[in-house]
Amino acid sequence: MTPRAPTVRTYSGAASAAGPLLFVRSTLRAQLGEWVQIEIEGQAERRGQVIDVGTDITVIQVFEDTLGLRPAKARITLTGETATTTVGKDLLGRALSGTGAPLDQLPIAIGEARRPIWGEPINPVRRRNPSDFIETGVSAIDGMNTLVRGQKLPVFSAPGLPGIELAADIVENARPARGEPFAVVFAAIGITERETQTFVSRFRESEVMQRTVLYLNQASDPTIERLLTPRVALTTAEHLAFVHGFHVLVVTADITHYAEALREIAAAREEIPGRRGYPGYMYTDLASLFERAGVLENGEGSVTQLPVVTLPDGDITHPIPDLTGYITEGQIVLNRELHQRGIYPPVDVLPSLSRLMNAGIGKTRTVPEHREWANQLYAVYARGREAKLMAAIVGTEGLASEDQHALEFTDLFEQRLIHQGRRRRSLEDTIEIGWSLLQTLPRDELTRMSETTWQAHAARDQDEEKPK
Amino acid sequence: MSDARIIRVAGAIAEASPMGDVALYELVEVGERKLLGEVIRLDGQVATIQVFEETTGLGLDEPVHPTAGSLTTELGPGLLGSILDGVGRPLHAMADRSGDFIAPGMSIPPLDPKVRWAFTPTVSSGAEIAECDVLGTVEESPGLVHQILVPPSTQGRVAQIDAGTYTIEQAIGALEDGTPLRLSHKWAIRRRRPMARRLAGDRPFITGQRVFDFLFPVAEGGSVAVPGGFGTGKTVIEQSLAKFARADVMVYIGCGERGNEMADVLHDFGRLTDPQTGRPIMDRTVLIVNTSNMPVAARDASVYLGMTIAEYYRDMGYHVAVLADSLSRWAEALREIAARLQEMPGEEGYPTYLANRMSRLYERAGRVETLGSPSRTGAVTFISAVSPPGGDFAEPVTQASLRVVGALWALDTGLAHQRQFPAVDWDTSYSLYVEATSDWFSREGSSEWSTLRLRTMQLLQRDRELREIAGLVGVDALADDDRLILEGARIAREFLIGQNAFHEHDAFSPVTKTHALAKLLWDFMTRAGSILRDDAGFEKLDLAAVRLAFGAVKTAAPTDMDATVSRAADAIANMGAT
Repeated sequence: MTPRAPTVRTYSGAASAAGPLLFVRSTLRAQLGEWVQIEIEGQAERRGQVIDVGTDITVIQVFEDTLGLRPAKARITLTGETATTTVGKDLLGRALSGTGAPLDQLPIAIGEARRPIWGEPINPVRRRNPSDFIETGVSAIDGMNTLVRGQKLPVFSAPGLPGIELAADIVENARPARGEPFAVVFAAIGITERETQTFVSRFRESEVMQRTVLYLNQASDPTIERLLTPRVALTTAEHLAFVHGFHVLVVTADITHYAEALREIAAAREEIPGRRGYPGYMYTDLASLFERAGVLENGEGSVTQLPVVTLPDGDITHPIPDLTGYITEGQIVLNRELHQRGIYPPVDVLPSLSRLMNAGIGKTRTVPEHREWANQLYAVYARGREAKLMAAIVGTEGLASEDQHALEFTDLFEQRLIHQGRRRRSLEDTIEIGWSLLQTLPRDELTRMSETTWQAHAARDQDEEKPK
Repeated sequence: MSDARIIRVAGAIAEASPMGDVALYELVEVGERKLLGEVIRLDGQVATIQVFEETTGLGLDEPVHPTAGSLTTELGPGLLGSILDGVGRPLHAMADRSGDFIAPGMSIPPLDPKVRWAFTPTVSSGAEIAECDVLGTVEESPGLVHQILVPPSTQGRVAQIDAGTYTIEQAIGALEDGTPLRLSHKWAIRRRRPMARRLAGDRPFITGQRVFDFLFPVAEGGSVAVPGGFGTGKTVIEQSLAKFARADVMVYIGCGERGNEMADVLHDFGRLTDPQTGRPIMDRTVLIVNTSNMPVAARDASVYLGMTIAEYYRDMGYHVAVLADSLSRWAEALREIAARLQEMPGEEGYPTYLANRMSRLYERAGRVETLGSPSRTGAVTFISAVSPPGGDFAEPVTQASLRVVGALWALDTGLAHQRQFPAVDWDTSYSLYVEATSDWFSREGSSEWSTLRLRTMQLLQRDRELREIAGLVGVDALADDDRLILEGARIAREFLIGQNAFHEHDAFSPVTKTHALAKLLWDFMTRAGSILRDDAGFEKLDLAAVRLAFGAVKTAAPTDMDATVSRAADAIANMGAT
């Protein structure tokens, strides 16, 4: 038996309203998730969605501001459809609102199809193991915590740290390993007017706009729209990836705004709150976003996600980063101390981790020695950071010589490798800088570096010098 | 025919009325798409239903049909090697129907009804049989004999039973009262399967991870909680165990975890062979996959499904390991559903019956004498990852686990940041199975096993104290004895309990290698101690050579074991010679 064709039903007058919610009596066959139009004479049309259906009362979540909404005067139309969005290649190059309305003074995109924004889960047996990397142009990511196609790797920022700037740099600089079809979908959630202007003008001037779709949900937009924006963006991304074979990088900033919207709605629905007032289903809800990253067994494209999370008060155990970390495949952590020393991007590589890195690096993908190179840099840097703490107690002279070397290395590492300003840096340059840093240390302190790798690199250096 | 209709939908919960004669936990088909659901509350004619599939688009007034059964699974040959979702539907068959993405409303049984199995009876007509008796055998995968069991609560005299090849739907014979006998039977997954009696665990479940086998062993039939914050390597541990640990059958439950991880498992498990038998590990594995974006109610079911399949193979006399990743996601599913039902919340919003449900689940593990003849003993070992929010163990799921499990493998974020893997915190972890398994290790490992273990535990504890002191006064200010403890503990951390899950020869450590490394550690301590007593000074110890030798043993292929061990012994003996 197939579901009946959707029918449009219109009701006049809601029973009551509270915050963003509208309560309607005795609807006919309302469906969970059904899309609703709300009209009141003299006011702009509002949209909403059914979030609880009941024979007595059906609850509608209104997307727009409910200021001035008179429930008794509202004409409420149940459309028989669940939320959908227009998808298509013609969206590339467009700047759209959080729900897909043009922000760029161009006509509405016609698209190729309309797709439900909720997305069905990928059947795990049809997933392909992520492999191959995406070059972000950022040394701390490409070199030390490589982003792999199909991965979800969040940036953990904190108030006052340049998380969103880093995201924008990556939107601008990212490219696939070998020039495959590539697109970026940027979903800005709850960003300020100032940030919106920055993004739109910055990207419009750059040629990367042609391979980019911008969805901008602004802080002044209704809260509930923030729950839709990432899903609209992901629906577009899935279409580009799995229908057109693009490798799509979805950058979402800022998930913290998303989670706060989720909490606000849950409170309006009088749900039992979980940790810090966030709903108990926040893990499942975030997973329904992040798990839309992936690669299909029989497909060309991929969806990779780079969400930005602002850690409230810099606390990594806060429910938002905590639940995010349990779902995502690693994290890139920004550090205030590095930021204050003028290091940009201020990535702290010690707590950062890309769980899928090994799948995306090595011989055929980046450089053969990538893993050893990164392990060695990591090991010396970790030792140097520890030595720094110890030096604060016993003084630099009190350190063993290996620790002294590591301490000096730490500064160089931060200044030369991590710090790169706003410029894009290629992976080759990143690897070369890393090698030049390692060469400042005595060979016998590089215990993570095998002799073969060391010799191979020395030989390569010589080859390069010969022609001169 | 029921004329029940949907009167309410919110999240994964629907209400229907008038429901007529249904039972609690009865399965129902919800709506026109026939979504799978389960009755979890009855109030007069109103049934509250948790729906195992996505409810978006489910509407008022759509029909609800009872099925007269509860959430059951089919148990029979063909389970091994299968990949099921949380309610037991094979994911490959689902992909054949709905493509790359999972569409709601598919009903597919776990076992392929078309496959034919060669059955050899071990009873003949006229035999009196009772529940869980063995009727005969089927070779399910090469070397694994699947015992065909009389379904629980069935008994009588066999009228007829014949060898032959059968599908699971065909009768292989019948009882005198006409009851047909088949290769498979159904079992309600929330009920534990019966047994004759529980037995104490007396042999270890060999995990192949030195830190567990050596320091915190688990007995066959035991239960372990593995809590750790994100990035501490829970999943790598669960996967390493599933790949390499010694058990006849492995049930791996990916409960509310990452899709890419499951893709990795599916990919890896398809390629790897069991070092013990040389056959693909999928031949002994059942994978249950319910990723975090799959419906939440099915997450609740997935754990029971895995446990039921494990008990079924246990009843054949096998040792089964159940690896659940992660039980916290299961508990969160309970919380989510309880909140939708507006139940009074307990701690952290979890339902008040959380601890009760969890202990009932953990208690399904155990070593047992099965019902039926011939008499058999089997075991289910249960190892579950727990994901405490913020890595803080003082939360309900970890605490409820600790009240029932026999061992705790606590993972520590600090150790993970130091890239010490497995990041097992030796100070907080414990095992109540040390004594029960020590006889086995003395017999099969070495007579010194328990002594070495105890000394290593003490070494690691002393190391932590000394490192605090060294952090204040510097290493050079320590006495030579104490510096030796630091060095010994460093060797222990790096080469004995540290293990590389991605190294071909280090991923699984046989008991012999674990013992060899432990023995070498103490040979080193003894030798170095005597050199230092001769006032040779700490610099005389050729630590670099010793460490290199330990590294070689750690990553040695089985064929190189003896050679690397004797080279390490030489390196230790030669210390201080120059």
